[in-house]
Amino acid sequence: MSSDELIWRIAGGSGDGIDSTSQNFAKALMRSGLDVFTHRHYPSRIRGGHTYVEIRAADHEVQSRGDGYNFLLALGDSFARNPQEDAFYGNEEIKPLSENLDELREGGIIIYDEGLISEEDVEALDLEARAEENDWHVFPMDLRGLAREHGREVMRNTAGVGATAALLEMDLEHIEDLMSDAMGGDILEANLEILHEAYDTVTEEYDFEHDLRAPEGSHETEQALLSGSNAIAYGAIDAGCRFIAGYPMTPWTDVFTILSQNFPDMGGVSEQVEDEIAAAALAVGASHAGVKAMSGSSGGGFALMSEPLGLAEMTETPLVLIEAMRAGPSTGMPTKPEQSDLEHILYTSQGDSQRVVFAPGNIEEAYEQTRLAFEIAWDYQIPSIIIYDQKLSGENTNVDVEFFDREPQPDLGATLTEEELREAAHDNSGKFKRFNYEDAENGVSQRSIPGQKGGRFLATGNEHSPVGHINEDPDNRVAQMDRRLEKLESIREDLDSRESSTQTYFGDETADYGVITWGSSQGAVEEAVKRLNDDGHSVKGISVSDMMPFAEAEVTEFLESVDEAMVVEMNATAQFRGLLQKELGRFGEKLTSLLKYNGNPFEPAEIVEGYEVNFVEEDREPTAQVRIEPAAGD
Amino acid sequence: MSAFNAIGEEREIDRDEYTPGVEPQPTWCPGCGDFGVLKALKQALPEVGKTPEEVLTVTGIGCSGKLNSYLDTYGFHTIHGRSLPVARAAKLANPELEVIAAGGDGDGYGIGGNHFIHSARENHDITYIVFNNEIFGLTKGQTSPTSPKGHKSKTQPSGSAKTPLRPLSMSLNAGASYVARTAAVNPNQAKEIIKEAIEHDGFAHIDFLTQCPTWNKDARQYVPYVDVQESDDYDFDVSDREEAARMMRETEDVLNEGTVLTGRYYVEDDRPSYQQEKHAVGELPDEPLAERYFDDDAEWERSYDLLERHT
Repeated sequence: MSSDELIWRIAGGSGDGIDSTSQNFAKALMRSGLDVFTHRHYPSRIRGGHTYVEIRAADHEVQSRGDGYNFLLALGDSFARNPQEDAFYGNEEIKPLSENLDELREGGIIIYDEGLISEEDVEALDLEARAEENDWHVFPMDLRGLAREHGREVMRNTAGVGATAALLEMDLEHIEDLMSDAMGGDILEANLEILHEAYDTVTEEYDFEHDLRAPEGSHETEQALLSGSNAIAYGAIDAGCRFIAGYPMTPWTDVFTILSQNFPDMGGVSEQVEDEIAAAALAVGASHAGVKAMSGSSGGGFALMSEPLGLAEMTETPLVLIEAMRAGPSTGMPTKPEQSDLEHILYTSQGDSQRVVFAPGNIEEAYEQTRLAFEIAWDYQIPSIIIYDQKLSGENTNVDVEFFDREPQPDLGATLTEEELREAAHDNSGKFKRFNYEDAENGVSQRSIPGQKGGRFLATGNEHSPVGHINEDPDNRVAQMDRRLEKLESIREDLDSRESSTQTYFGDETADYGVITWGSSQGAVEEAVKRLNDDGHSVKGISVSDMMPFAEAEVTEFLESVDEAMVVEMNATAQFRGLLQKELGRFGEKLTSLLKYNGNPFEPAEIVEGYEVNFVEEDREPTAQVRIEPAAGD
Repeated sequence: MSAFNAIGEEREIDRDEYTPGVEPQPTWCPGCGDFGVLKALKQALPEVGKTPEEVLTVTGIGCSGKLNSYLDTYGFHTIHGRSLPVARAAKLANPELEVIAAGGDGDGYGIGGNHFIHSARENHDITYIVFNNEIFGLTKGQTSPTSPKGHKSKTQPSGSAKTPLRPLSMSLNAGASYVARTAAVNPNQAKEIIKEAIEHDGFAHIDFLTQCPTWNKDARQYVPYVDVQESDDYDFDVSDREEAARMMRETEDVLNEGTVLTGRYYVEDDRPSYQQEKHAVGELPDEPLAERYFDDDAEWERSYDLLERHT
C-alpha cells in the first residue's frame, strides 16, 4: 500500500543540521523513484530559532510545496538549551513542535524528540486533544538519547530519519547509500547503527494505525536533485562564463559560492571584493578584456550595482547580473522570499537605460534562461539580468540528468579576430570604429578586445563617437542612441522567432479565465490551475519570463483570449501587473491581483481560493495571508 | 598564433603613436598639471617598450578621467571612483595586458577610497596614478579630500574643518608595494617614476601633484620641489617600511607648509603581486583567461560533469 504523496517536514533549530539531513532524505526519496520538491524555511540567524524543511514526494511531477503537510519530525531546538547547565532559554526548544501544528493535515504523523522537548511543554500544547480531533498519530521518541548512546547527540537527525522510514515502511537502502557517500569511518558506523536502531525500535515496538506510507514510483532516466542556484550556476558554466565577482548577501551567495568552488578546476576566476559596486565593475572590466563575466546580488547589493550596470549599457559591454530577491524594503527579511524587486531591476540606473531581464519560473528554466541571458548579452552587447528569489534559489527538484548535457557556448558574439579587424572600419588615426553606427546590424556594432592588433578604441560612459571619443554632437548623439535602442527591438524579434518560447503555459487552452504569474510563483500557480480544471472549472495560466524586452505579443494574445485574469505575485504593490499595463497599455479592467507578502511563498490552495473569491463566490473574504487588488474601475 | 598579437610586440615605438589623430584636442585649461601626466606617460611608455595596443588605461571621472581621450591606447573611461575595480578585473582576465588606472583626488581618494584601500591591500599588479590637485576641478572648485584644513570653497565657505587625507601613508598602510609622489612641474622625475611603476610587479601608487590654475591657485603644487632621492637631507631606505612611513609622515605634515618632497618612498620588490599569489593557490589559470575564447581547440568543461554529486 502506498500513498499518493508524502510531505515530510523536519523542524528544529538553525545549525542543527536540518538542511543537510533533509537534502539526503530528499535524494533518497528521489532515488526510490519519486519526484521531489523541497522548500526551506529559516530565520536570519546562525544558530537556534525555528527552522524547517519540507520535502514533497510523489509518483508524479511536483511543482510546489503543496498545501500543508502530512508528516512532522520535530527535533527540538538544541540551541535553546545551555549545554553547560542544561538551562533553558525562553520557549524556543518546543517551537519545532508547537509552531508546526497548524498546517499538519488530518491523519498526519508526528514524531517528536522526547529528549529535547519536555513533557510539560507538550502538555501545555494540548497535543493529545488536538491529535484526537485531527486524527494525528503521535510518536514521542527519545531520539537524542538514542543518538547519544551510539555516537553523538547531533546524530539525532539520523535517528529521526530511521524512525520516519520505519513508519512509512520504506527500505533503508537508499539512505544507507547516501550516508556512505557523505561520510566515512567511525562517523558512518555510528550513524548507520543509529539509523537501524531507530528503524528496528519503531518496527518492533510500535503499532501502526496510520494509513500514510511512502509513495512508490520509478524514473525511466537518471535524475539529479538540484536547487535554482545550482541551475543558474550550471547555466553560466555551460554558457562559457569563467569570471565571477561578488560580495556575499543572502540569497545570492549560493550561486557565488557554487561558482567559486568550481571555477578553479575549470580555469575560471572568482573574486570576492570590497562591495557590490566593485563586484559589478569587475565583471565589466573582465568582460571588456574578453572574458564572459558575471556578477550578482540581492536587493540591497543590487542597488549599489546600478552605476556599473549603466556603464555596461553605455559602453556596450556584455554582462550578466543575477538578482536574488528577498523581502524588502531595505534589509527587509533576509531569508524570506518576495517578488518585489522587479521595478527596481527594470528601471534602475540613469537615462534611457535598457537591459534584458529574464525571470525563470523553475529549476529547468533557471538553467535555460541563464544560458540564454549570456547568449543575448554577448550577441547584442547589452547587460542581461536573471531575476529570481529566495524561494527558487533554495528549492530543490529532480531533473532528468540528460537535460544538462549541453554543449558549452564560449562564443563572444560580434567580437572580431585580428584578421577580421584588418578589414574593419578605422578612422584616419588608425582607431577602430568600435561604435560604428553606419554598418551596425540590429543595433549591434562590432567589437575588439584590448591587446588585439588594430582594434584600439576608447570605451566611455560618456556619449561617444564611433571610435569612442567623448562627443556631444547632436547628430552623433541621436545616431548612437537610436542604434542602442534598436537592440531591444531586435532582441524581441529574435526571441519571438525562436522555436520554443520562454513563457510557460498551462491549463485548458479554450478557457475563459486566466491566471497570469511570473518567476517562482509559477509552480504553485501551475498546480492550482490543474486542480481547478480537475474540479470542473475551465482555467488556463501563463507564466511570463521575458520582463524586458517584454513578451508583448504572447501576453496580449493570452489576455485577449480570456474574459478576466488574476495576476499572482509575491509583493504588496502589484509590480508585475503594473508592468503588464504599462507595456500593453490596456486590459486594466480585466486584471485582478492576488498578492502575498508575508514571507512565505504561495501555496496552491491560496490561488484556488483566490480564484473562487474572484470569479465564483464574490462575497467571500480571502485568507488573511493574501490580498486581493481589484480590477481598474471596480 | 595568439589572439592578442599587440601584446609583447617588439619594435621601435614612436612617442607620437600615443597621440590620437586630429581629435580630440585636450580640453584641460592652459597651465593645467594634467598635461604633465600625459607627457610623462607618452615618454615613459615607449621607453619601457610598450606598444599602444598592449596598454589598457582605465580612468575615472573628472579632468583626470579624460587622460585616455588624449593618450591613444586601448582605453576605458569609467565612472566616478570606479577605475580600480575595472582595471583589476581586466588584469585578471588577461595578465599580459599592461593596465594603468588613473583618476583624481576626489575620484580616487574620495568616492573611490574603498577601492583604493582594497586594491593596495591585495597588491594587484597595476599602476595607479592619482592626479592630486587638492580640488574638485571639473565640478568647478569644491573642497576635495586632500584640500588643506581651512580651505575655502563654494561648498565649504567658512573653510574646511577637515584634516586632509594622507595618500602616501594610506596606500603604504593598506599594502601597496610601490608608493611614490611626483609632480607635473618635475617632468624628468615624473617620467622615471612612471617607468618604475609600470615595471614594478604589484600595486604601484603614484600620487601625482598636478596644479589647477583655475580653481586652486594657492595650492602647494606651485612651490619648488625637493627630490627626496636626490637630497642628502632625506637619506632613507626605500625598502624599509618603517623609514618610508616616517618619511611619508614628515612629508605629509609639511605638504601644506611650503616644502614639497617628491620621489620614491617605498619599493617592496620581493612581495608577490596578487596575480602571482592567486595563481599560486590555484585560482588563476596559467594562460590568460581571455585567450581561451579565441582558441578553437580549448576544452570547455560542461556542467554535466558536475552532476554526479546531485544524483
